[in-house]
Amino acid sequence: MSEALLPLLLAVPLAGSMLMLVLPGPLAERIAAQLGVVVAGATTVVAGWAAAAAEDVDVAWVPSLGLRFHLGIDGISAPLVLLTAGLTFLCLVYTLRVRPAAGRLRALVGLVLLLEVGMLGTFVALDLLLFFVFFEVVLLPMWFVIAQWGDDTVPGARVAAANKFILYTLLGSAVMLLGILLVRAETGTFDMVALAEADGAGMSRGVQILAFLALALGFAVKAPMWPLHSWLPDAHTSAPTIGSVLLAGVLLKMGTYGLVRIALPIVPEGAEVLAPFLGAFAVVGIIYGALACLAQRDLKRLIAFSSVGHMGFVLLGIATLTPVGVNGALFANVAHGLITGLLFFLVGAIKDRHHTADLEELGGGLYDRAPRLGGLLVFGAIASVGLPGLAGFWGEMLALLGAFDPDPALHRGYFLVLMGLAGLGVVLTTVYLVTLVRRVAQGQSVARWRDAVLLGDATPAELAVWSPIVVLVLVLGLWPALLLDVTDPVVRSVLGG
Amino acid sequence: MDRIQSIDYLAIAPPLIVALTAIGVLVLDLFLPAGRKAVVGWIGIAGLGVAALMLFPLAGERDQHRATFCVPGEGLVLPACSYVVDDLTLVFQALVLAGAVVVLLLSLDTVRDSRLPAGEYSFLLLASVAGAVTLAASRDILTLVVALEVVSLPAFALVALRRFDSRSSEAALKLFLVSVVSTAVMLFGLSLIYGLTGAVHLDRIATALADPGVRGPAATLGVVLAIAGFGFKVAAVPFHFWAPDTYEGAPVPIAAYLSVVSKAAGFVGLALLLTVGFEPYADVWAPAVAVLAAVTMTVGNLVALRQRHAVRLLAWSSIAQSGYMLVPLGSAGRADSSVADVLPATVAYVLAYAVMNLGAFAVVTLVGRHRAANRIEDYRSLGRTEPLTAFALAFSLACLAGLPPGLLGLFAKVVVFQAPIEQGVGWLAVVMAVNVVIGLYYYLAWAAVLYARAPDTSPAAVRPPSYRISVSDGLAIGITLGASLWLSVLPRMVLEALD
Repeated sequence: MSEALLPLLLAVPLAGSMLMLVLPGPLAERIAAQLGVVVAGATTVVAGWAAAAAEDVDVAWVPSLGLRFHLGIDGISAPLVLLTAGLTFLCLVYTLRVRPAAGRLRALVGLVLLLEVGMLGTFVALDLLLFFVFFEVVLLPMWFVIAQWGDDTVPGARVAAANKFILYTLLGSAVMLLGILLVRAETGTFDMVALAEADGAGMSRGVQILAFLALALGFAVKAPMWPLHSWLPDAHTSAPTIGSVLLAGVLLKMGTYGLVRIALPIVPEGAEVLAPFLGAFAVVGIIYGALACLAQRDLKRLIAFSSVGHMGFVLLGIATLTPVGVNGALFANVAHGLITGLLFFLVGAIKDRHHTADLEELGGGLYDRAPRLGGLLVFGAIASVGLPGLAGFWGEMLALLGAFDPDPALHRGYFLVLMGLAGLGVVLTTVYLVTLVRRVAQGQSVARWRDAVLLGDATPAELAVWSPIVVLVLVLGLWPALLLDVTDPVVRSVLGG
Repeated sequence: MDRIQSIDYLAIAPPLIVALTAIGVLVLDLFLPAGRKAVVGWIGIAGLGVAALMLFPLAGERDQHRATFCVPGEGLVLPACSYVVDDLTLVFQALVLAGAVVVLLLSLDTVRDSRLPAGEYSFLLLASVAGAVTLAASRDILTLVVALEVVSLPAFALVALRRFDSRSSEAALKLFLVSVVSTAVMLFGLSLIYGLTGAVHLDRIATALADPGVRGPAATLGVVLAIAGFGFKVAAVPFHFWAPDTYEGAPVPIAAYLSVVSKAAGFVGLALLLTVGFEPYADVWAPAVAVLAAVTMTVGNLVALRQRHAVRLLAWSSIAQSGYMLVPLGSAGRADSSVADVLPATVAYVLAYAVMNLGAFAVVTLVGRHRAANRIEDYRSLGRTEPLTAFALAFSLACLAGLPPGLLGLFAKVVVFQAPIEQGVGWLAVVMAVNVVIGLYYYLAWAAVLYARAPDTSPAAVRPPSYRISVSDGLAIGITLGASLWLSVLPRMVLEALD
């Protein structure tokens, strides 16, 4: 039974998505959201069960390609699988009450479930080509979600943003495919477990560098790493709320997960050579993201740029090649998924109420108008700053700690400089988030909103969706071992002890 | 020595049945009243079906390697055969016959609506198919050339059948001139090869070319000219100029035929000639084909970006796809592997391409019946009114782009990518990677139109289209969609066609 869990994990949302396609239109439109919640709920249950059972599946799919349907779940993937299933579930629950303005719920729910198949598949695939397939599965659904349900105040903007997203990502993943095929050409297998155990054996140093470069390029576009991030702010600005939540909460993690799961263990020599560059780009991303945030006028764009900075910490942790740094990266991955997911929910709620996310137009006084919404925004902001006691703290702290004492193969002085610069980034992050809180939450409402009748505070339904995230942010902040104990043993074995 | 040949009729049954059906429908057409002409189309389909059935006994005993029209060996020279039934033959014959069935299904309504002569139409199409089926089994250069001409000659007439439309005549003339010139070029190249080797059978040519005494500028020129000749047939850049105009001017099912069946025939001829006949010259032709592949896909994709007309877009996209198909051949013969190693990748891509491109053409034919202009804009909101048809087109486009859920296209691209990487032609793989991204843009833009909301201010004329779909069109769309869905889940039939 338990060996069927992982296929079931993918089959449930896939079946749900197919159901949306084949059900007769009017009926499906009426029950789409409810059905979506049931399917996503079932997926979450299966995800929890599968994570506990941790049973591998390995069946040949396309022998001539060497493609095997090889799935597995361990300490690195389990947190991300649970994050994916949970956030998708919450997004669909959110859709129950907060209907998208563009309507067409059936198609939206179907696409979100298909997206979930891709995201979950990416995290549980143990065959390089299968990983690639799932990596690509997310593209079209996300493209449609942005292009069809996105913000269309500027005509054509959402399609342009969606195109930018898919073309950037595809260019990255096409190069990544070359890397995957190069690995296979040299070693004769796509099996990630066997390749990780081989620890780069069978590949010359030059091949490893080339393969790491190709693989990392694909992951770096997805993560996104500066200077390959420019699709992200546009995509977030245009995406509907649940699109933004899943994009920031899960899709970005596919890039950093790929680095930890594939690039580091399979081509370790390549990683050693190129890690300093990765670290440098990561730190530039941290500082660039923070500075860009200071200059933003749009709330969604601001959170998007903050993601560039936060993912910079994740990349820095990975670049240290140490268990501490990589654990920090994985922790920051999950924390960022929760916190930014929450922030995008909140910003979406603010935008729905004001029909704008422009900071000037919003003015201050959110506490005044909508105390619960304002309070949650401040909670999200300080969690994002990395206040100790909240989830945002540990990951970034461990990433910096990793940079303080990087892998012996790396130049320590260099990484100390990176650590110092990243520390500066932390300060800048604090500055812009505190500024944000002051500008949006505090002060007096401008006249335009003071008299507006429609502006309500967070509804019970919204609170029901957001409170699990708030609780998890607190729990992980107060009890980081909950996550670190899961990731640490696997990280150590991935990094070769 | 036995100089009287015995012909293996089972081996040649597929082309024979198609050819007999062709003559049959032409004669039958004379005796049919004007209102019953549609029958010839169905008889043609039945004939193709029977021919396809003959492939089963052949496939069942394929280990025997049936061959016919052989010359006996003398001394050290092995016997050689002109018509050989091997895996490659069977796979391509199946492809050609199945593709032709879909084309004929799509043609039924086109013939009726455009008042094309039904008997001639079916006859010409079946005659061309007979050539394509023969081509797959040809193993000497004379049979190859004759079969290729049998494919092409009826095609000129088919393109020209829309006599009321001057674009149709222009398209036919273009195709005719280009084809004649390319045949002349190819014949010149092949005659050089024949003069140097004294052989017509591909395996004997290979043996003779391997002799260092033969190697020289004349043989190289012969090889290059022969490639150029086939370059026209498969619409590789810079021999592609005829394709967009011809596709646009021809009846849409004929455009589908040219871009799938006729192109597949060109590819099988090229692949046989290069990997069998010119095998010792791989070091000469592989780099040339690699450059041809890179230029073809890049030009095809870049020009496709600017197309607003559905058939022209598919024409340019199919030029780009030709580039992908050439990639494995372009990376042949490196890294101490046998030249024939790249053959399965080419075959796999041609098969996958045939399924997905026919799927796109099936829907384009259908829309073209209602919107003669057939611009991309005419597909706006098709997803609202014709969800299944729109899904079929969207899925075909996803396959052509190589993006999930179009897994068939993705797997086919992976197979093609594997060849240059394993053979160490990295630059070609990188060029192709960039091209895949460019290609995505226009496929996606088209798919987006399918599901876009109609502008609110639209006059009634731009109302989203809703059609009554005839049985034959429904079957054609159903067959291609079913095949591409099935092969997306279980692609072994395509990817391991030669195993």
